[in-house]
Amino acid sequence: MLASRVFSLVGRRSISTSLCLRAHGHAGVVKAEDYTLPAYVDRRDVPLPEVAFVRDLSAQQQALKEKEKASWSALSVDEKVELYRMKFNETYAEMNKGTNEWKTILGGVLFFLGFTGVILIWQKNFMYGPIPHTFSEEWLSAQTKRMLDMRVNPVGGISAQWDFDKNEWKK
Amino acid sequence: MRGLLARRMKFHLLGAFVVSLGCATLYKFGVAEPRKRAYAEFYKSYDPMKDFQAMKAAGVLECAPPK
Repeated sequence: MLASRVFSLVGRRSISTSLCLRAHGHAGVVKAEDYTLPAYVDRRDVPLPEVAFVRDLSAQQQALKEKEKASWSALSVDEKVELYRMKFNETYAEMNKGTNEWKTILGGVLFFLGFTGVILIWQKNFMYGPIPHTFSEEWLSAQTKRMLDMRVNPVGGISAQWDFDKNEWKK
Repeated sequence: MRGLLARRMKFHLLGAFVVSLGCATLYKFGVAEPRKRAYAEFYKSYDPMKDFQAMKAAGVLECAPPK
């Protein structure tokens, strides 16, 4: 609803300046722009919008409006529905209905995550140099042995998982 | 339609209490208590001198080299 308001704004921008020029040719009264008048909104917290949905009634609809002034029990179900549709755009059920947008969003997110993964793999393969020598197997085992010798994290950490008597990792 | 905010607020207030208290309880009994028990168990049978001798023998103490 708001989007259509913006479009009418953009469309009439060019005319409103010429409107000001035209105004002085007439009695000095400018025709009220669409965006300055009360607007219709489909919102959960606005049950009765400021204006009816259908602004310009056809002859048939005007006749129906006249009939509405009489007793409502004389109206058929279809006429009541027609009157409702004239006053409101969407029912609450239609307004609150979920869309399938989340699927698109999830798909897009996963796609771009995958694309990022491709970039990272390419980078590791073609761009980055070798990793430091301190990541070699020998260095890592020497490093771990030193940590165990120092009794690093003996309560719940690495030294707690090493069996010092049998000289092996605890099962 | 009536009391829209009140209903929503009641629901979310209750939910917030339940979720936060639940998180706290879960943390206490999932993380804090086991950790306290682990430390108690460790220090029940901990001999610092034996540990010191082991570290000394391994050669990681600069001021107490293995003889």
